[in-house]
Formats: sequence, structure tokens, C-alpha cells
Amino acid sequence: MNELLKKLTEATGVSSAEKEIRILIRDLIADHIAAWHVDSLGNLIALKSGTGELDLRIMLDAHMDEVGLMITGVDSSGLLRFETVGGIDDRTLLGKVVRVGPKKVTGVIGARPIHLLKTNQRKSIVKRESMRIDIGAKNKTSVTSKVSIGDLASFITEYEELGPTAIGKAFDNRAGCAALIEILRGKPYPFDIIAAFTVQEEVGLRGAKVAAYGINPDAAIVLECTPAYDLPTDQDISPNVALGKGPAIYVMDRVTIQDPRLISHIMRTAEENNIPFQIRQPGGGGTNTAVIQAVHGGVPAATIAIPGRHPHAPHMMINLDDYKDYVKLTEATLRSLKPQLFIRSTLKE
Amino acid sequence: MKTFDLLKNLTETPGPSGFEKHITENISQLWEPFVEIIHVDRIGSIFASKSGSGIEPRPQILLAAHMDEIGLMVKEVINRGEYGFVRVTNLGGVDIRHLYNQSVIIHGRRDLPGVMASQPARMLPDERKNEPFGYEDLVVDPGLHTETLMELVDIGDFISFRQPLRKLLGNNVTGKALDNRASVAAVTICLEELQDRHHEWDIVAVATAQEETRLLGAYTATFAQAPDAAIAIDVTFAKGAGLTDQGYPELNSGPMLDIGPNVHPGMFKALKEAAEAIEMEVSVGTHARGSGTDAFGIQVARSGVPTGLVAIPLRSMHTMVETVNKKDVERAGRLLAEFITRLDSGFLNHLAKAMMEEEE
Amino acid sequence: MNTMLKQLLEIHGPSGFEDQVRDLIYLEIEQFADSISVDSMGNLIAVKHGQADGLKIMIAAHMDEIGLMVSHISKEGFVRFTNIGGVSPLILAGNRVQFANGTLGVVFCEGKLFPKDALPLEKHYIDVGASSKGDCPVQVGDAAIFKRDFVAQGNRLIAKSMDDRIGCYIAIETLKRLEETPHEVYFVFSVQEEVGTRGAQAAANGILPDVGIAIDVTPTGDLPESRTLAVDLGKGPAIKVKDTGMIAHTGLVRAMRNCAEKEEIPYQLEVLEFGSTDARSMQIAGPGSAAGCVSIPCRFVHSQSETVDASDVDNAIKLLVSLLSEKIDL
Repeated sequence: MNELLKKLTEATGVSSAEKEIRILIRDLIADHIAAWHVDSLGNLIALKSGTGELDLRIMLDAHMDEVGLMITGVDSSGLLRFETVGGIDDRTLLGKVVRVGPKKVTGVIGARPIHLLKTNQRKSIVKRESMRIDIGAKNKTSVTSKVSIGDLASFITEYEELGPTAIGKAFDNRAGCAALIEILRGKPYPFDIIAAFTVQEEVGLRGAKVAAYGINPDAAIVLECTPAYDLPTDQDISPNVALGKGPAIYVMDRVTIQDPRLISHIMRTAEENNIPFQIRQPGGGGTNTAVIQAVHGGVPAATIAIPGRHPHAPHMMINLDDYKDYVKLTEATLRSLKPQLFIRSTLKE
Repeated sequence: MKTFDLLKNLTETPGPSGFEKHITENISQLWEPFVEIIHVDRIGSIFASKSGSGIEPRPQILLAAHMDEIGLMVKEVINRGEYGFVRVTNLGGVDIRHLYNQSVIIHGRRDLPGVMASQPARMLPDERKNEPFGYEDLVVDPGLHTETLMELVDIGDFISFRQPLRKLLGNNVTGKALDNRASVAAVTICLEELQDRHHEWDIVAVATAQEETRLLGAYTATFAQAPDAAIAIDVTFAKGAGLTDQGYPELNSGPMLDIGPNVHPGMFKALKEAAEAIEMEVSVGTHARGSGTDAFGIQVARSGVPTGLVAIPLRSMHTMVETVNKKDVERAGRLLAEFITRLDSGFLNHLAKAMMEEEE
Repeated sequence: MNTMLKQLLEIHGPSGFEDQVRDLIYLEIEQFADSISVDSMGNLIAVKHGQADGLKIMIAAHMDEIGLMVSHISKEGFVRFTNIGGVSPLILAGNRVQFANGTLGVVFCEGKLFPKDALPLEKHYIDVGASSKGDCPVQVGDAAIFKRDFVAQGNRLIAKSMDDRIGCYIAIETLKRLEETPHEVYFVFSVQEEVGTRGAQAAANGILPDVGIAIDVTPTGDLPESRTLAVDLGKGPAIKVKDTGMIAHTGLVRAMRNCAEKEEIPYQLEVLEFGSTDARSMQIAGPGSAAGCVSIPCRFVHSQSETVDASDVDNAIKLLVSLLSEKIDL
């Protein structure tokens, strides 16, 4: 059992309330790093000193927040109104179990029984504005001591390994955090690594922007978890990231065209080390590279991601070999990084 | 200065996004007696600084209240007939549903009063007959002959809405641009109160420009000042005509303190404690992604700023009949002053530690 | 004008892959700039020094053009794609594209050759002449541009990437003709404008200018049933007052107008309700800058036949040279 993935995925840390996961990660890395600090948005930033051989500052970003719900009000009946934090499809919510607030109160998202619905209603998507979280309170007053407005709620899922795969919540992006932790625990690199466990990625790539500004790195690699759409289909045009085909390298998403020099380097590294990889389908989505690449006159940035099925839902799934290859590829990429890589043009500068 | 007169002065001065010069002059005069230095930057935001009494190096608190209002801009001068008309585009999120027959001023070579007009609905193309009059059909009618109009107005001239501030029952007042001149008034009241009170931290009050279009002033002013903490003051939706859902505050229920991704939990807590210290009732609001205020931009300047958000309940936002309660404006000002006086040299450490302390 | 302009307009440079454009421009300007560098995003930055007390002015013209990126290759070797920048499905079927490695392709849509309504991008494909996935000369992540020659007819200049190679041309000519300036002028040939003014954002965050002026094309309002826009082809460069991304600095607009009037350069005033430029990124960088834009009226923007008027181009160069040669009163 991968204890690191279990601990990280079962911990709570919905965007803007990442304290529990932040403390957990700090405790997991404290013995392996030279220094750490937390900035005003809550990013945990840690320094892994290099051997001094190369004059490079490399930022590794892994967002530690997960999608979830925010309590926006309490009905007189004691049911809680909520809003989603991060992109969650309404179809994901009905009939799920959540953990609310710092007091970790269990709640369920109930539904009007289908027996009492008209035929056409049984087939409509229930909109989240009409959903409520039920913590079992009998009225508004009995809620006040347990849950406050503004509290965040996360899904509850126990990590489980099923052979080649594992089920858990928030592989997006605790798998990335796990990989980053393994790198910090490994042998030193020829250069300094500044690890940023960033916040609020799911609500607009917020934490990475200020982390990158503060770090001012020479280059950055973002460790992420990208949706795998590999359920069976007849169409030969669907997005192509699948479980079991290795880590996925981004080339373009909605908000970044990833640095071609870094991308070539990562692919070359994979080929030379016989690590399987796939190219994440260009087009939609976005990662923290979008905000890192624009600070201080520009930072070359790229994203390596582990495929994950059922994104932004309580039960995500990854392939455990993909995870091993994901860590391997990142380590190998870092080991072979050289400053010459970042020369842009064939012309003299 | 009496609150009504303060609000009247602020709301009746034109200053839509990108054209804040007039309102900047007013704010400068209002703040000048309470601060040491005033300057206006290239974006048009106005900064007023006041030193604290703590030992140097002193931390700095930034108060941001956007001064721009929504408005219109001339995009074409129609010169086909005997009388001239002006086609417009919006500056900020103007509510087009209520524009027909509103009173405006075109700020051309001189100020030209006019009224929003349109062909009657029955004369519009079928697809627009049953919709609010939009920018393809609305024009400003300044009641002038074409030659006169063409001499006085250019593409790009700005247009402000025209609405005097009026009293309603209770302590409620109604007019245009209370979003966000009500907050500028609150900051003014705060600065006035701090005249006679001791505060350790340095204060910079900023009336930011171009919030309604792109939070421009929030990003740039915060980058320039690099404060240690900041509070954005804006307005929030109050229950009223057309809005009776649960979860929105009533007018006269005090300022609202917001929680969510744009707000540092320690700042929220400190604002709440300041309210309790002066026995002021406040309500709590939430945002799950962005607050739609300057706080969004302030929070991510440079390496990040711990940010709080105080909001004044307001009915009918972005119309010419926005309504607030004067007492809420005063309360917001007093709350800010109380919060500032409680800031000491240990506050930043306290904020940092809170990020890593286990919950009880 | 015109070998350089023709080359500039026909060369391959979709957002994110501007290398060929940059190499061409570099050779053209290297002896005219006081210093040249390429930043990490690929922006080409050429500096002309002024006086110590001058304004720091950033001029931005973007090198990138819209294009298509391969997202999937079917078993039969047909190439599926996603857009790079704003690509309307209406400009696809029957057009030719070219990849960086020279491979040509024809774009078409699924099903009937000529459906009643345009199909979305996902229902189009590129035929590069492959018979299977295995012998396909391109792979996922490769980027293509629309292939079309530049033509001139009278005063009309027609090409596939007027947006914004004509802006680059104007920036190049301005740099060449600018003999003396009181300002520190950064001519930035920017990348990735079409996907969100990203290159200008990084460049501006590094330069932190006092003034930011973009040179870009803008649509006209002089075509049949076109949207209201008081900009006509051939009536002079447009001084932008507002677009969807920014409201121009009023002092800068006034300075540009005064300069044009003094030099008797025709100009128009532009309020654009559907589009933006690099100026929006320059305006919000750091403590903020006085931002504006000199626009080249252009018909059929984001088609393969973008059309500008040569006199507008010449007048834009004159305006910029004149503006940058003197002190600017903001």
C-alpha cells in the first residue's frame, strides 16, 4: 500500500482552506529540506539545496488544494446551503457524503425520493441551488456550534488499491504532491530546487502566481493530474489520455503553450530512460504554468501529469505503474537539466 | 461633514471608469485635511498616506475603495439628419434594461445634458421588438442641431449618468454611483475618525481607478505600494425589489464581512473582533471563487498580500436608483478605524502563525 | 517595401512557434538597435536608447498568427485539430494549411461537402495525404498555419497574417527611421498575442514601462451590414480609445492626436467592442503604464485575406516616428 498516497488523498484541503494538508505535507518533508515558509496565501514553499554544481533555480509546483463545497447559509430547517469551490458538475453531487468544516462534521447531499417525482422530473439534472447538505441538525440553532458560514466541505473517500489501479479522492493533485515529496526526499540535484505546494489552483491558478513571483526561478515544472478519458467509445476522435500509458506531457491547453525546449527535453529524457509517456491532448484545461510563465519577464515552464479517471469527483482512479513512471520521469528530467537548454534562438544573443 | 452631504458630493461628481479626473479632484480635497501626502498615479488612482506612531520600520495597511462608476462612451456621432445623436458603448457593467429615457451628460468640449432614446419597439426589427433597448438601438438625444453637436463631441468622449442623491424613509438614500462612492465615503469617515486616534501602522488609502472594467487600479496600486496587509471596501447585494432570496443582508444590518478565497482568514477574524470590540452588528458573506471586487487583484500583487473585504449593503446595484443606508456607511468607516487602531507590531506574525496552527 | 514585407507576411509563425518570424526580423533590425535580446517566452526585444530622464516606452507588435494544432490522428491518417487563437469554422473547408516541416494539408468537414450551417472545429479534419496513422508526416502537438500568398493591388495589401505582421513591419520601419529619441524605447516583437496577449504580459513584467503602445490591426466598419465601428480603410491609422481589454490613457490619446494634427497625418478614433491587443497587458504590468494603441484598419480580420491600405501603413509609421522623436506630455 502506498502510504504516502493514502495519507495525502485522505487529508482535507479544499481551495482557500488548505491548512490540514499544508501541515501534513510540512511534517512529511521537514527532515529533508533546508528551509520552508508559508506565504500570505498559504503556499508552502520549501528549499532543497543542490550540490552547487549548476547555477540554476528550478521551481517545482504541485497544487495541494482540492475541489469541494463552501457553506453559504443555513435554512431554518437546519439544512445547509452550499456553493461549489472549483469546477464540479452538478451530476456529481447528488447522494454523496461530505465532511464539513474544521470540526469535520459528516453531511450528506440528500434528494427528493424518485417515487415522489413526476416522470419528466426523474430525468432532469438536479441543479445544485436546490441541493442541501444534511448534517442531521433539527434546526438552524443547533447548527451554529458545529458549522459556520464560509466553512469548506470535502468529499470522503478511503484510499484503496485494486491491483493495477488505486481509488481515492483528490488524486488531482495529491498525486502531484506525493511525487514532489518523493523528489524532496531523494538525493540532491546539481542545483537548488524550490518546491511550491500551492493553494487555490482550482479557483483560478491563484497561489502559483504569487509563489512564482517570490521565487523568481530560472525554469519551472508543474506536477499535475490530468483527466483520462479512456472509457470505451466508437469515435476515433476523442481526447486520448489513458490509464496505463505513462505520464502525460502537456503541449498546449487553454491558457498555456508549454515551453517547447522543456517539452523536447522531457520527451528525450523519457525515450533515453525507456519511460513510457503520452502527449496530453491539446486544447482545453489549464495548469499553473499559465501564471508562472509570465512573472518577472518570463519563466520557461512545462507540465508533467499523471492520468486520472473521473476528475473532480469523490472517486478518482490512477494506475500505480503510471505513478511510478511519473516520479521516475520527473526525477530523470531534473537530473539531466542543463542551463544550455534554455537558449531560445539559433541566432546570437 | 454630514454623511448625506458627503455622499451627495461624491455621487453627483462624474467619474466613470477611465475618466476619473473629476472625482479624483473631489476626493483629494476631502482627504487632504486628514493625511500627509496625496498623489495620483499613471492609471489615475489617488493615494493618500498617513504615518503611524509605531517604531520603524512600520508595516503598512492599504485601504482600497474604487472610485469609478459605470458610464458610457461615444462610439459614433450620427450626423444624417437635422438633429444630431450619439451612439454609445458601455464603460463597466451598465444594466441596459433600465437605460431607456435615463438622463445623461456627454462630456464633450463642454458638458451636454441629454436623454437616452430609441425608436419605439414596434419600429424595430422583429428579433429586437421584445427585448430591452440595446446599444444598437439606443442613442443619446442631446437636443442639438447636427452641426453644433459635431463641433462639440468626439468619438471617445465619456458620458456620465445624471441623478441627484435623494432621501428615502429611514436613513436610506438613493442615487447613482453609490457603487462605490458609498465606500469612498466610508474611507473618508475612517480617516476623519483616525485624526484623534492613535495607530501604530502606516496607512495608505487608495481610491482605485477602473475597477468596473478590469480591477486595474487594484493590481497596479497594490504592486506600487507593496503593503503588508490590505482591506478592500466595496458594496454588496442587499435584499430589496427583485431580490428576496435567502442569504442576502438587509439594509441597515451593518457592514458585511466576506469570507472566501480572496480573503485571508486571519484578516476576516481580526475584522470580526474589531466589530465585537465596538459592539457593532455585522453580517457574513461568502464567495466561492472570486469576490468580484478589488480584493481579487490586491491579494495576488507581487508575492501576495493578506486581504480583507468589507462591504456595504446596497439595493439595485448598477442602476440609477442604488440605495444604501447612511448608518451602514458610517458603520463601515468606524469599523475600519477600529480595525486600524488595533494593528500592532505582532499582527503579521499572528497572521502567519494562524496558517500553520492546528484547529482546536 | 516589399521583399521583406512579402517574406514577413508569408512565413510560418503560429502562436508558440514564432522562431522563423523572429529570425527574419532579427536580421532586419540588428544594425539599427542599440541592443537586442530574446526573452524566455521568445519575445524579441530591441532597445533604442534615449536620455536618462526620458520615459520608458514599450512598443509591441506581435509576431504570431492564428493556426491549428494537431490533437489526434485517426487510424486512417486523418488529422484532427484544435485552434490556436481565434479560428472561425467558416474559414476552414477547402483551405490549405502548412506545418513547420513543410507538410501541406487540405482542411475539410465531415459528412456532406457543403452542409447548410458551418460545423464546429471538432467536426473538421486535415488531409495531409497519409494512408494511416503510421505514415502520417505530422504528430500530436504540431502546429499549422493557413497557406496563402501575399498580393498587392493598387493601394490594397492582402495576406493571411496582416494581423499582425503588418504591425511588425511598421515597428521595424519605425525603428529604422527613428534617428533620435528622448525616450528609452523597447521595440518588442511579441509572441502568443492571439492566445491571450501572453508574450506582452511577460515582456511588460520584465520591462515595467511607463508607456505601452501596441501596433495591431483593427476591423473596419465600412463593409456591407458590418457592426458599428467608425473606422474606414484608407482614412488613416486609428488611435484607439477603448477596446474590450482596456481604456486608453486619455493623455496619451491626446498626445497622439496632437502629434498627428501637427504633422498633418490623417487619423481616426477607434472604439472597438469586440477584440483587444497587447496594450491591455502592458497597461496592467507592475505599477501600471499609460497604454494606447495605433491601429491599422484591416478588412476581413482572421481570414486568409486580411486587407490593409498602404497609405494607412505609411501614415502609421510617420505618426510613430514623430511621436517617439519628441517629448510626450501625458
